[in-house]
Amino acid sequence: MLELLEELFSYSFVVRAIIVGVCVSLCASLLGLPLVLRRYSMIGDGLSHVGFGTLAIAVPLGLSPLKISIPLVMLAAFLLLRIRESSKIRGDAAIAIISCSSLAIGVIIISLTVGMNVDICNYMFGSILAIKQEEVYLCVVISAIVFALFAFFYNKIFFVVFDESYAKASGTNIEFYNMLLALLTAVIIVIGMRIMGAMLISSLIIFPALTSMQLLKTFKSVVICSCILSVICFLLGVVISFVYNIPTGASIVAVNLFSFLTFYFISFVTGK
Amino acid sequence: MKYEATLALKDCSFELAAGNFLAVFGENGSGKSTLLKSIAGLIKPSSGTLNFNGIKKSEIGYMAQQTLVQKDFPASVYEAVLSGTLCKHKYFYFYTTNDKKIADKNLELLGMEKLKHKSFQELSVGQRQRVLLARMLCAEAKLLLLDEPTSGLDAVATKQLNSTLKDINLQGVTIIMISHDISGTIDFCDKVLQLGNRHFFGSREEYNVGIA
Repeated sequence: MLELLEELFSYSFVVRAIIVGVCVSLCASLLGLPLVLRRYSMIGDGLSHVGFGTLAIAVPLGLSPLKISIPLVMLAAFLLLRIRESSKIRGDAAIAIISCSSLAIGVIIISLTVGMNVDICNYMFGSILAIKQEEVYLCVVISAIVFALFAFFYNKIFFVVFDESYAKASGTNIEFYNMLLALLTAVIIVIGMRIMGAMLISSLIIFPALTSMQLLKTFKSVVICSCILSVICFLLGVVISFVYNIPTGASIVAVNLFSFLTFYFISFVTGK
Repeated sequence: MKYEATLALKDCSFELAAGNFLAVFGENGSGKSTLLKSIAGLIKPSSGTLNFNGIKKSEIGYMAQQTLVQKDFPASVYEAVLSGTLCKHKYFYFYTTNDKKIADKNLELLGMEKLKHKSFQELSVGQRQRVLLARMLCAEAKLLLLDEPTSGLDAVATKQLNSTLKDINLQGVTIIMISHDISGTIDFCDKVLQLGNRHFFGSREEYNVGIA
């Protein structure tokens, strides 16, 4: 085991992927809890498909995917929330439409330009080879900002998510917090997409919070547990993906699924 | 006031003094909840004005009929109650020692101090209502808008909650409460608003004369 880890860490791309991955897992699990509690889980999924669409634009143009995707996905998050507020299109339908459309547009652009190559496949299902050195710095800085914002607004986020109507009646600007959550989620999705893949990144947002909620019943404990769980699942997933040579994203999701089932089973048995 | 494109309530006008306890009665669909939501600022009335006479937005407490969202919400009683103090914070969202004291005091006031570390989802309906009330007291609410707080409670719990509300009211908090239970509510309110084809607004005595 120790030899394995030694071998793993001797590759600089693995070290880069682990730094980025730990940051992203932490932030994703933090953002995931309010999203899951507000029944917004699918926003992550929708935005990641938008992320794929923007990649399809960036790759043929030879532009840095991060710099193109982050603003575009943030814009999509902004629009999604706006659509939710107007009652003409239902929120879940809006997400489904945006998600499929951007996926379709992405696939069309790719097939017309570069074609389905290994690069694109990595974007879809994740790869630890993908992270470049400059991206590491960007990811660490952005994650630190997301983390700091979450910490600063932690109590307020609880307040808003716990009882939106009371928060609104007593004068809290609900839209601001919805927007903040959506925009931060958009950023984290784009960053995490490289390792997890566009198709699988939303699991990083949903699983840790949902898993922790099976056993823990206070907000603080769920937040802490999902952070720890998220990082552990990520690291385990990377090791497994390395050993069995499977896509990193899929292996991380599998570990997350396993931990969810374990927690679910324990809560079922103990009758909590 | 419009609600889903049909007028839910119109020509309703009333005035309360600080410390009044207004009971709102009316059939289903007569616009009680709409009225309360408009006062709370959750929906915009299509016409008309609201004047709060110096009550700040942060001093308004609104309690909806129990929603599904709260049922699987991971939160301890203490976390929920303490969060009420945030209404008084403007740009800084960390709890002070004073906030914690206030939360403890209000937990005690509502007889919930033993359940402090319990999970909100494990509480009975009546206990939850108390937690939500304690939270609003932490916000130093001056106006409580309560949408059928006693629905789903048994007779004993209803009575307890009503008397707690009266205690809060006696400390100068204005309460507007929707109720189905006219006979249980009429004894401790001092103003009555009856919504229907013709609205009635007046003191409890006038209302009693009216139905006698």
